[in-house]
Amino acid sequence: MSVIDRAVQTIKANFGEGVLEVREFRGQTTVVLKDQALLEACTLLRDDPELDFDFLAALTAVDYWPNEPRFHVVYQLYSHKHAAFLGLRVPVDGEEPRTPSLEPVFVNANWHEREIFDLFGITFEGNTDLRRILMPMDWEGHPLRKDYPLGYEEVQFTFNFDEIDRRKPYAKE
Amino acid sequence: MVTEERELTLDELRSLVSERAIEGETMLLNMGPQHPSTHGVLRLLLELDGEVAVNIVPDIGFLHTGIEKNMEAKSYEKALVMTDRMDYLNNLGNNLCYCLAVEKLVDLDVPERAQVVRVILAELQRIASHLIFLGTHALDLAAASLFLYCFREREHILDIFEMCSGARMMTSYFRPGGLWRDIPPEFEGAVQDFIAYLPYRIQQYEHLLSKNPLYIDRTRGISAITAEQALKWGLSGPVARAAGVDWDLRKSNPYSGYEKFEFEVPLGTHGDVYDRYIVRIEEMRQSLRIIEQALDQLPGGPFRSDNRKFVPPPRSELGHSMEAVIHHFKLWTEGFPAPADSVFVAVESPRGELGCFLEGDGSPKPYRVHFRTPSFAALQAMPMMSRGHLVADLVAIISSLDPILGDVDR
Repeated sequence: MSVIDRAVQTIKANFGEGVLEVREFRGQTTVVLKDQALLEACTLLRDDPELDFDFLAALTAVDYWPNEPRFHVVYQLYSHKHAAFLGLRVPVDGEEPRTPSLEPVFVNANWHEREIFDLFGITFEGNTDLRRILMPMDWEGHPLRKDYPLGYEEVQFTFNFDEIDRRKPYAKE
Repeated sequence: MVTEERELTLDELRSLVSERAIEGETMLLNMGPQHPSTHGVLRLLLELDGEVAVNIVPDIGFLHTGIEKNMEAKSYEKALVMTDRMDYLNNLGNNLCYCLAVEKLVDLDVPERAQVVRVILAELQRIASHLIFLGTHALDLAAASLFLYCFREREHILDIFEMCSGARMMTSYFRPGGLWRDIPPEFEGAVQDFIAYLPYRIQQYEHLLSKNPLYIDRTRGISAITAEQALKWGLSGPVARAAGVDWDLRKSNPYSGYEKFEFEVPLGTHGDVYDRYIVRIEEMRQSLRIIEQALDQLPGGPFRSDNRKFVPPPRSELGHSMEAVIHHFKLWTEGFPAPADSVFVAVESPRGELGCFLEGDGSPKPYRVHFRTPSFAALQAMPMMSRGHLVADLVAIISSLDPILGDVDR
């Protein structure tokens, strides 16, 4: 039995209610968890010497707008001992999106969560330094949300050069 | 959407620095974002007690270009071009990571020849990136001549890239399913010349630095971390290996046929700036070994998959095959659809674990792309590893992490 199967069984045995779904795709396993179960599940995966998922390899989010639950926060754990990746997903509601921070278990979650907070607007409860990280501090909106338009620059031709120039935001004299 | 300009309030500052700074006992100093030794647009808020850094607060985002958002608006093949612009010293490595993710998502096979060429070019890219590290690192520590030597050597590698792809840096040469075009006939000779010529040069650089007392004084014991700290802070690549973490994705989770090549994973013991330098020098030698073996067993055959649903047909077929014309038209106007599920692929970039999370939704555009970049993780750990060191050592620490700000901000 591979370490991934063992990990999935351990999570299922300990958090029967907390496991919403186990996905298999192209040989990769992703466990969809309720947010209450996340911290304990990660602690278990990290500290169990049989599993030893000691590394938070990646952390990101996906926006399924307009469906609910709107967001999925996606965690990738890595076990150096077994050279295996395990995916975890936590659904988060669109109205006031909040989910617990993974920082108590993996310190390096801090910046990744700040990035998600910045670009998706998901609040991580327990993160010690939840500020914007990539966008300016006074930016409005969360650019990676699906209802946030992709910006572009209008092309200026001779006939409409001045008209576009007037409303174009840049440092004028 | 930016509102009026606004200054940082004292309360916001309070959460970042210690009470002593508010009272004026320690000094707050900005380093960057236009400082030459921050390797890009990185701003550091330093809290100094005399000459000692009590705390540093990295401020990133000056080079944020919304690559992930832009990729969502392009087809899978067109989005590839954005990956070159991410880590601009590891263009082919980024291409490789993204291509592997797309190939995994749509379940596409890559011919043997393409895989081996990918390995050769990715390793050349690793050498080029480490050469820049070496040059800029030495320059930051006031050994200016090495900078010029390293750029001279790197030029040979860029010439090889230009030979293959037509571009020196923004190559976009690896495509989902293989390569953009076959390698030119002069490729093998050029690579052979280069790998024959570089070992002597590497030795020369080592003579300049490795036993140089000035260099050793400024690097030994600076920002030393343990293997546990490295793992805890999500560090990977040469920085973690210098601390003794025996982890290289090329060995532990081989991709693109790395399991066929013999090479060693150099490890350090102290985790300090000096060990990071030694590890990178040794990695260049190991990369040369891989390239040598790969050139020996470079197979013939097709350079990209012949699965027409994902890879455009060759130009020669368009003249006489209606089906080829249809495939060509469909692929270049609409692109290919990918299933509504997600994959995560990690490769070993010169800076560490480069991960690509890719999710499709059944349409020809990626629903979500996320790059887990090694420089981002390294900068996050930087305050931990530079507390208690002198301001003058900060430049050594930054350059030893080798952060690329395009990689951090994306």
